[in-house]
Amino acid sequence: MKRLDWRRAGLGLAAPVLAVVVAFVVTTAILLLAQDPVGAVWGQLLKVPLPRQLVAVFNAATVYYISAVAVAIGFRMNLFNIGVDGQYRVASFAAAVFAGQGWLPGWLNIIVALLVAMASGAVWAGIAGLLKVGRGVSEVISTIMLNAIATYLVSFLLGKTAVKVQGSNATSTKSLPADSRVPGISVDGMLATPSKVYGLIVLAAVVGFVYWFVLEKTRFGFDLRATGRSETAAVASGVNVKRMVLTSMLLSGAAAGLVGMPLLFGQDYLYGDTVQSGLGFAGIAIALLGRNHPIGIAFAALLWGYLDQQSNGLQIAAGVSDRLVLVIQGVIVLSVVIAYELVRRAGIRMEQRRVARQLAAGDAVAPVTEGAAV
Amino acid sequence: MVANKDVEISVARGTVHAIVGENGAGKSTLMKILYGVQQPDEGTIAVDGTVLSLRSPTDAIRAGIGMVFQHFMLADNLTVLENVVLGAEKRHGIGDAARAEISRISASYGLGVDPDDLVADLGVGQRQRIEILKVLYRGAHILILDEPTAVLVPQEVDELFGNLAALKAEGLTVIFISHKLDEVLKVADEITVIRRGTTVRTVKPATVNARQLAELMVGSELPSPSTEESTVTDRVLLTLEHVALAGAATGNRALLDDISLTIHAGEVLGIAGVEGNGQAELVEVVMGMRDASAGTVKLEGTDITDWPVREIREAGVGYIPEDRQRHGMLLEAPLWENVMLGHQTQKPALGAGGVLVDARAVQRETEEIVRDYDVRTPSIFVTGESLSGGNQQKLIIGREMRQHPRVLLAAHPTRGVDVGAQAAIWGYIKQARRDGLAVLLVSAELDELIGLSDTIRVMLRGALSGHFDPDTVTREELGSAMTGATGPDAPADPTTSEKGLV
Repeated sequence: MKRLDWRRAGLGLAAPVLAVVVAFVVTTAILLLAQDPVGAVWGQLLKVPLPRQLVAVFNAATVYYISAVAVAIGFRMNLFNIGVDGQYRVASFAAAVFAGQGWLPGWLNIIVALLVAMASGAVWAGIAGLLKVGRGVSEVISTIMLNAIATYLVSFLLGKTAVKVQGSNATSTKSLPADSRVPGISVDGMLATPSKVYGLIVLAAVVGFVYWFVLEKTRFGFDLRATGRSETAAVASGVNVKRMVLTSMLLSGAAAGLVGMPLLFGQDYLYGDTVQSGLGFAGIAIALLGRNHPIGIAFAALLWGYLDQQSNGLQIAAGVSDRLVLVIQGVIVLSVVIAYELVRRAGIRMEQRRVARQLAAGDAVAPVTEGAAV
Repeated sequence: MVANKDVEISVARGTVHAIVGENGAGKSTLMKILYGVQQPDEGTIAVDGTVLSLRSPTDAIRAGIGMVFQHFMLADNLTVLENVVLGAEKRHGIGDAARAEISRISASYGLGVDPDDLVADLGVGQRQRIEILKVLYRGAHILILDEPTAVLVPQEVDELFGNLAALKAEGLTVIFISHKLDEVLKVADEITVIRRGTTVRTVKPATVNARQLAELMVGSELPSPSTEESTVTDRVLLTLEHVALAGAATGNRALLDDISLTIHAGEVLGIAGVEGNGQAELVEVVMGMRDASAGTVKLEGTDITDWPVREIREAGVGYIPEDRQRHGMLLEAPLWENVMLGHQTQKPALGAGGVLVDARAVQRETEEIVRDYDVRTPSIFVTGESLSGGNQQKLIIGREMRQHPRVLLAAHPTRGVDVGAQAAIWGYIKQARRDGLAVLLVSAELDELIGLSDTIRVMLRGALSGHFDPDTVTREELGSAMTGATGPDAPADPTTSEKGLV
């Protein structure tokens, strides 16, 4: 069994490594075509980040991680939740409005705000779930639509609830009371920088653990994975697929609701029209690259954060737009999807051959008599 | 014509050459190699003395090799003409030239295909002839037929054999892959037996009988299904009363039409019928996977009509699905997870608080099933997909029987399994009968039904026939009931009425 696990691990790693290599090659080709300085670009992208930048990588990865787990919950069930973007907007806004009121003291305010975020994310995703279960609407379509609705709904509501800040055009919710902010974790023991890692990196870790535990260890998780692997087999095994669709949409939405929380409680302290966008879409790519695995997603999220961070200096160092990173990320995602399929097929073939070989070897030693007593 | 490191077969022009072997013996791999889907590691394939390299089905078609698959690949809502020209538009266009060519082929081989019929209106036998025609239209002179009789009733099989004779007479070569030995003996000029990827022997049908052939196939003596003394009790376990299932759209005929049946403890009720006459729906209604539109299903007196699948399973209904890859297994999951499937809420899967999965207990259980039910696998951690069909099926039967069900629904339990596993599976069904289970056995194999059942009923267009006694019924009587033919229109052929072996 040990040997099997190593084999699986090797196969599992082959695909993402392959994808990253392909992305490197393709990007180089693009740079050559555009007659951009290839050496300078990779020199900038691959140079060792400064301590300050390293902290920024981890902070970005924290947010990406939660987003990718939200997407992965759907993937494991064969649901494509493209709506994480909309779900986290709605949730961040709701949590910011709630926490900004300061009705509850300190940590209690934070915890209840987190629950508010999860509930609102779940509700927003639940709309898509209900549409799928009740009317057979593809979750891909409905979540895309709900993203657009979320964007306009939130900006409309923001206009209604915004507080005016002197000397600024920005509209935003009321800033969090000082005792409801999550302090950053200082890393100056390890890195020479005053920058701090988001306190809610702990939240990301908890989300990752709960994701792993529920899916791998519980009966519900088994039912969910079974449905994702084969809906027909799940139905025959007694899984109520409709309820499963709705539940996993709700869970995915609840996780999506937490995406904006590290930003809200650790950096911005409010929800405004300058909030970072596109986190939900990055989550899709990261979940794909990380193979829906809690550890794999963590590495993929760090890679994404790293690329983001390193791209900042591209314009100055190499005279190339930092949008190049989006090209790299896009190529990684495309190649990872292909690489996984190739590796998956290779894995199946290898295992079938191995089983056949071992059985043939066993038969040669002791010819097994066919059949049972009839 | 065909050579490979392990397999050596020569097929003469203008003959029907049968390839027989257990499932997993390498028939399908050989076929894939011949059709260019898979490349051989060593060896060569030669047609008319010319060595070929077949890298894709296109190469195979160009070399004149055509494949008729077991599962038809026809678009129901298109006409015969449209189906035939699809993908071969360059040969004769899509208009009158193509229509004329189809009619010509149909006439010269006696296929009786009208290019303007809608495929949806045609029966299974006719559809198969369209598949053959499709291959001929593309210029094939070597036809490979994969288990062509699996979907046919006895009368249709005879028609197919007539067509094959016509093809042969025109100088075409037919490679006929099958595991039904009595049919092979009837139709083939030469028979090659394959076991574990190697050719065992090539024989002339006149020199062997079915039993000898089967023993060549398995490499040992083999059992046959035979009923034992009745174990039927008067305790009624499963009752269906006037169960109906409406068609998908209004106006469609009902999928199930007023089905009533009773199975006692220790009784096997066999359901015969051509596939697609409601057998699958019947099983799914009992399992709770579909809701009956009328009628009641009772498990030992308790009305379970509206119960969800999970509760029906928990109440003691075991299920061997007809399509084990779609309904019985998670192909990409390890064996031990497959043992949980369908029994998530029962011991041994049920862990702490009814929330967690007791993986250790399931793995122990899996080890025992692998041992007791002779599942050939190197480990319980390999994926379901890596097992052969027979071993997958033994695992499924093991997991169902170990839950001690009261009722067992077995749909085509020996489909796609090798002869060895088939004998074992028959043994388990007999054991279930002796243990006092009520068994609903759906099968397309008449010998299996006759050998295992206490009563046989035939399903046709969603309705059940009367009762046949397996001790006295003939294959022709069942065949007629299966097609709805009334009167003795099928000529009595002494060779088909012999109860074949496999």
